[in-house]
Amino acid sequence: MSQASRPAPSPARIVITVVAWLWVLVPFLYGVWQLLIKVVPLFSG
Amino acid sequence: MPDAGFLDRSRIVAPAHWSRWLVPPAALSIHLAIGQAYAWSVFKDPLSATLLKGSSWAGTLSALPFTLGIVMLGISAAVFGTAVDHRGPRWAMVVATTCFGAGFLISAAGMALGQYWLVVVGYGFVGGIGLGIGYISPVSTLIKWFPDRPGLATGIAIMGFGGGALIASPWSTSLLTTFGGSGAHAQAGGIAKTFLVMGIGYAIFMSLGWLLIRVPADDWAPAGWDPALVREKPLVTSANVSARNAIRTPQFWLLWVVLCFNVTAGIGILERAAPIYQDFFKGDTPAKTLTATAAGFVAILSLANMLGRFIWSTTSDVVGRKNIYRFYLGAGAVLYLVLLFAGNANKAIFLIAAMLILSFYGAGFATVPAYLRDLFGTFEVGAIHGRLLTAWSVAGVLGPIIVDAIADKQKAAGLSGTDLYTLSFRIMIGLLIVGFVCNELIKAVDPKFHEPAGGRAVAKEAA
Repeated sequence: MSQASRPAPSPARIVITVVAWLWVLVPFLYGVWQLLIKVVPLFSG
Repeated sequence: MPDAGFLDRSRIVAPAHWSRWLVPPAALSIHLAIGQAYAWSVFKDPLSATLLKGSSWAGTLSALPFTLGIVMLGISAAVFGTAVDHRGPRWAMVVATTCFGAGFLISAAGMALGQYWLVVVGYGFVGGIGLGIGYISPVSTLIKWFPDRPGLATGIAIMGFGGGALIASPWSTSLLTTFGGSGAHAQAGGIAKTFLVMGIGYAIFMSLGWLLIRVPADDWAPAGWDPALVREKPLVTSANVSARNAIRTPQFWLLWVVLCFNVTAGIGILERAAPIYQDFFKGDTPAKTLTATAAGFVAILSLANMLGRFIWSTTSDVVGRKNIYRFYLGAGAVLYLVLLFAGNANKAIFLIAAMLILSFYGAGFATVPAYLRDLFGTFEVGAIHGRLLTAWSVAGVLGPIIVDAIADKQKAAGLSGTDLYTLSFRIMIGLLIVGFVCNELIKAVDPKFHEPAGGRAVAKEAA
């Protein structure tokens, strides 16, 4: 079984990785933020 | 629509330099979308106020698309699991995107035409097939990319399913408000536009998944990872078992019971979270404040459910799958005991116990693909996972029946507050203990069920 080689990542690959993670993280963090707003009354009530 | 060649597994074998960290966002783009199912309740009131107005069955009918969707999730995961493993994740993700998006579009047409059955068929049946295929589509691929940390990989993806509702709930509420699909003067056309936008939006969002997904080459392994170390761990096999053989093993059915009862125990609180909180902490609290804090309780349970999927599943890579399920089931039973004895005496203890129970509920889903991989290998782990998800469907019926039916009966008998849940919590403890025992009985799979050497290659060629 061969081991994966680790060449220096190309700029295009870095851009794809960043865009891909932002694609899923931005809506996810929006959802978490909206949820935290709802949680506040639980501790302030 | 891409042609068959584009969808073929051979087209998505990753080149040597491909980063495996591009696979989790591909998986998340699918799971964050289909996790919308858990936010269906947002549509219940608008549907009851429009197409179902005046119906004495409005409550049941408005839940029907969701119920059918979850049933179809279990059925399609079981039926199409083998096809997903053999045809590859891109095919599965395209089918899931098409079905899930089309489900919304058919529902939009149903609302626009005043035909509610189209909403049920569209979202529930067609969309439900998308849910099932989408749910299992990235699992075996992630396990192959992360043989050193399968719990982490599946934890990320399945956390996405829990997180999908967090996005869908505020988004669909906002769309309904914008298009006039909610409130006292809700219009069916407003709900139709909301479904239309969501169908198109999710189809675009999910596209990242099938564009980005890659499978590792057969001889690929993570740098520095030694497969020999895997063989040294107990219960972790380097052999492969087909889906057909897996369901003939006691290990599969023991794990089926473990998953079913772990999920039932979580649903026991999750499904009735707001009423449970109100029954425990009603006291002298004004109704409006109690409603807001109960909504906060529901939200914090969602957070615990989601985080548990990632945190505990990742931990399982270190402590082992059998040990982590000992923890979910054993600690879960103890926490239910704490709820029984502490009651409403201490809110902090109540919150911590409920959050941990929900974190174990989510973690049970997230860790099980890695447990399957340990027991049955990677050959048809997606198909085996699909068959195991029927436990979810059973738990989805069992949990609410236990908690709701018992609470209603206790209320009719004149009981109130924490007394409504004493019996159901005791039943949950019993189920968790049975699950614990089943987990203890899980041993390594008998070699007679293993695929012969080279079986994997033969199966791939045949597909």
